[in-house]
Amino acid sequence: MRYTVSESQVVHAGSGLPAGQEDQFSGPDLHGHFGRYGGAFVGETLVAAVEELDRVYSKMALDPAFWAEFDKDLKHYVGRPSPLYLAERLTARYGGAQIVLKREDLNHTGAHKINNTIGQALLAKFMGKPRIIAETGAGQHGVASATVAARLGLECHVYMGADDIKRQSANVYRMKLLGANVIAVESGSRTLKDALNEALRDWATNVDNTYYIIGTAAGPHPYPRMVRDFQAVIGREAREQSQEQFGRLPDALVACVGGGSNAIGLFHPFLRDADVAMYGVEAGGDGLETGRHAAPLSAGRPGVLHGNRTYLMTDDAGQILDTHSVSAGLDYPGVGPEHSWLKDIHRVNYVAATDKEALTAFRDLTRLEGIIPALESSHAVAYACKLAADMPRDKFIVVNLSGRGDKDIHTVAGIDGITI
Amino acid sequence: MSRISKIIASLQAQNKKVLIPYLVAGDPEKGLTVQLMHALVKSGAHIIELGIPFSDPSSDGTVIQLGGERALRQGTTLLDVLAMVTEFRTTDQQTPIVLMGYLNPIEIMGYETFAAAAHTAGVDGVLVVDLPAYECDELFAAVRPRGIDTIFLVAPTTTAAREAAICENSTGYLYYVSLKGVTGAAITDKTAIRDKISHLRTITNLPVVVGFGIKDAESARDMADISDGVIVGSALVDSISHLQVGRRYSEDELMEVVSVIAIISEALKKH
Repeated sequence: MRYTVSESQVVHAGSGLPAGQEDQFSGPDLHGHFGRYGGAFVGETLVAAVEELDRVYSKMALDPAFWAEFDKDLKHYVGRPSPLYLAERLTARYGGAQIVLKREDLNHTGAHKINNTIGQALLAKFMGKPRIIAETGAGQHGVASATVAARLGLECHVYMGADDIKRQSANVYRMKLLGANVIAVESGSRTLKDALNEALRDWATNVDNTYYIIGTAAGPHPYPRMVRDFQAVIGREAREQSQEQFGRLPDALVACVGGGSNAIGLFHPFLRDADVAMYGVEAGGDGLETGRHAAPLSAGRPGVLHGNRTYLMTDDAGQILDTHSVSAGLDYPGVGPEHSWLKDIHRVNYVAATDKEALTAFRDLTRLEGIIPALESSHAVAYACKLAADMPRDKFIVVNLSGRGDKDIHTVAGIDGITI
Repeated sequence: MSRISKIIASLQAQNKKVLIPYLVAGDPEKGLTVQLMHALVKSGAHIIELGIPFSDPSSDGTVIQLGGERALRQGTTLLDVLAMVTEFRTTDQQTPIVLMGYLNPIEIMGYETFAAAAHTAGVDGVLVVDLPAYECDELFAAVRPRGIDTIFLVAPTTTAAREAAICENSTGYLYYVSLKGVTGAAITDKTAIRDKISHLRTITNLPVVVGFGIKDAESARDMADISDGVIVGSALVDSISHLQVGRRYSEDELMEVVSVIAIISEALKKH
């Protein structure tokens, strides 16, 4: 039987246009390329696994029943749609364009990460894999993975850099409460990139019974496409809510970029709207000029890591550089391949906010709006405030408030010299 | 015929097995690698796989990860690795050298620059762990015209369609990965390996060499029985890990460090 797919269903799957009418934003191609970026650069043992996942997801993406189940879980379990909230006092402080927050911080588990783990858990279940693994930096993706594993009764192992375990102890405990096994990664720089390496090693070893939930829109094809499609719910809602609440589309979108899943989720449904400007905000750390940052798009170059060709922090010898950011979730030397391509074609502007700017935004939003943002999201807020100040009052900016800051209060207290 | 193909063909003609040790270039320090390579040849190595250290070796187990970390602490770069090959070639023009590693150092150097330098240094083959056969056009365009062999892995999970594509793209030998997992794990299912290799024989004339999990005379003999030879990595790197940085070693001492290769070489001869 031939399957007929309506236009809206294809839009849902992220490609955006019906078959035969694809444009430049319908990527990736069949091998997962966005321009020269993306691909599937994995060891031979894993090639069959990523190919199987691609086959299964490509089929599911055309199945309305799959998306109906996904939507149902997002509504009743995650609590979507998340509100679009005009931050009046924050706007008044900067005296320019209106700053509007897409409240992903209000999702179950406190960040956008759950949108992706809901989708991938449905795939794991469909593929009959009883064991899931995940990598995590700040712990948000680990918590989101442990959460869906608990709900579906799957065995869950989360790899986390030993240094990150120290700075995110609350999330480590949450994962354990949820029944996950948290494995400290002591190799390399003991942060997110090393957790990813270790998860890839686990997957190669246990490939028959294991589903690997990658937490961001990076890694080998089909992950960048798949994670984007799951996160694109953010942008689809923001479009509708902008029309409802403001009668038009936003003038600009701002989101923080580590691996870039919350950013691509917000941006993707707007890519064809040429009048909507977009800003991806990387972690500027101590400042781009110091070299102590995590901003591959702003200050790196193309290379190959973790299964995809993309902008990286790499030295002249091709070794991956250590990164620095006050936020564990942005502390990653690579970025999703679609962002690399969107940078090269100049559709999205990639900028950076420093640790200091992010901390100021963290305090501003907390005091002015009663919303404690994640340190990751604080980078987006910091840049949005700067941008708003330079724009007229009749414009509005949608900022992706990708997560809440409960997990970061120990870090911020530490910076203030307080132990809690 | 490449230097690699010639050596394996001549071993096959004598009904002998090929022995390929793997070591990480620059582990534990740059000055020792060429001496270790000569010691390996004296111990019975036919081909040497020289690992290019990489900060994120996601296909390797702990032993080789640590070898890479030691090499990187000494600042070993791909240029250094090529310089080691040049130095090795001043006294050994026979033993083929295969560079094995991850794509990023080669990508950052540039494919043409890398291929030209590798050719000049006397490199015989390249094996890029995270470069699947359908992404390899750029590398091929650079290395093939220079007569450098392109070696690929075949894994227990490799599908029939991919096996055919890999065999088409491979020259020199096929590297059969004995197990699902990372380097240094233990082999559990010999029958499955034998079946897979028999199957590969039906679709290619390339020599098939087995790696991952070969650590002693017994496991080497088992695998050599069903293939054209073996690759020994983690067991050797583990032994090299006991060398101290900043100390000079005599030839005898280094022969002792690589003795696992001599032992396996003897075992394969008695075979």
